[in-house]
Amino acid sequence: MKFRNLIALVITAAFALIILQAFTITPAAGEITLNEFGKADINNRTAQLYLNKSVNTDNKKVIYQESKNLESGSANIVTSVVANYRSFDTLGEITVLFLAAAGIGVVLNLENSKKKKFAADDSSLILNTGIKLLFPLLLLAGTYIFVYGHLSPGGGFQGGAVIATAFLLKMLSDNKFEIKEISITLVESTAGISFVGLGLYGLVTRGSFLENFMATGTVGQLFSAGIIPLIYIAIAFKVGAELTNIVKNLIEA
Amino acid sequence: MLNFLEEWSFFGGSILLIFIGLYGVLSRKNMIKILISLGLMDTGVNLLLVALGYVEAANAPIINSVNPSNAAAFVDPIPQALVLTSIVIGTAVLALGLALVMKIYDKYSTLNISEIRGLKW
Repeated sequence: MKFRNLIALVITAAFALIILQAFTITPAAGEITLNEFGKADINNRTAQLYLNKSVNTDNKKVIYQESKNLESGSANIVTSVVANYRSFDTLGEITVLFLAAAGIGVVLNLENSKKKKFAADDSSLILNTGIKLLFPLLLLAGTYIFVYGHLSPGGGFQGGAVIATAFLLKMLSDNKFEIKEISITLVESTAGISFVGLGLYGLVTRGSFLENFMATGTVGQLFSAGIIPLIYIAIAFKVGAELTNIVKNLIEA
Repeated sequence: MLNFLEEWSFFGGSILLIFIGLYGVLSRKNMIKILISLGLMDTGVNLLLVALGYVEAANAPIINSVNPSNAAAFVDPIPQALVLTSIVIGTAVLALGLALVMKIYDKYSTLNISEIRGLKW
């Protein structure tokens, strides 16, 4: 074993000891402890407020296809946390992704260098035809994932990632395929501006940034949940454009 | 034995993943391997957070035709929302790191961190 690996092992072991020591401490009365696996008590956590949709109201019951005009009409509770109760966090999150994409653009500095292509001039027929068939299906799957984000597992980030995958496959196979930089920028800025615009409209009409200003409808229906689907569509376009841009920059560098 | 695995493989395993990642970051010299170790640490943290919100015999927190009301047992939705954020940021970090590695390889023609001239290590 090399000396370097030994030092690394010692440092890791020291960190591990500190962490393991935390498990041996017996908590004083009233202190919160780490639950055993699978024994978490949701009733005493903040999560119960989100599950009851009763952060601002006194609601106790949410029934599929029956409850109307709740404070957040999303059937998927994770979505209601991500895109409604904590949507300001999500705005920060897509800003981080935007900064990473911008940073990659700056680091790779494509303006002065010759742009390369991954796909060969004569890439195989099976690859090309297969991806031609897959491309619209992937776009459709991505769109389904983000449009139904408030009803089923999925959402803007996942849908955007699937759409970016479709463009990645196209870039890897077809050497005539090229996305213009300007169209990526246009989609990304439009989506970002509409996200912030929805937030500002909530600020003007209801008094706080990104507050829900539309009727929330019946839980479980496609046209429900107020501004959550709109926010998720904006996020999906922004994430899809950003990830496509990252992949394009990495391929062309 | 199975009981022990059920109770500790999720917490213990994710903490183990974090430490494997930490060891990799400290001991590897290849920059790509360092980035892979960072990704392992990321995965470990995400798994630990999701495991903290798990409830036995509970469902995913979605109100649908299978679980038609909020009286059903659901797992904690908040760690899942946080992990969604964390995964996206992990992707951003990895992509930016890979771009930096590409640039460093262009300039120094090596992936070994100790062979890069101008760094005293």
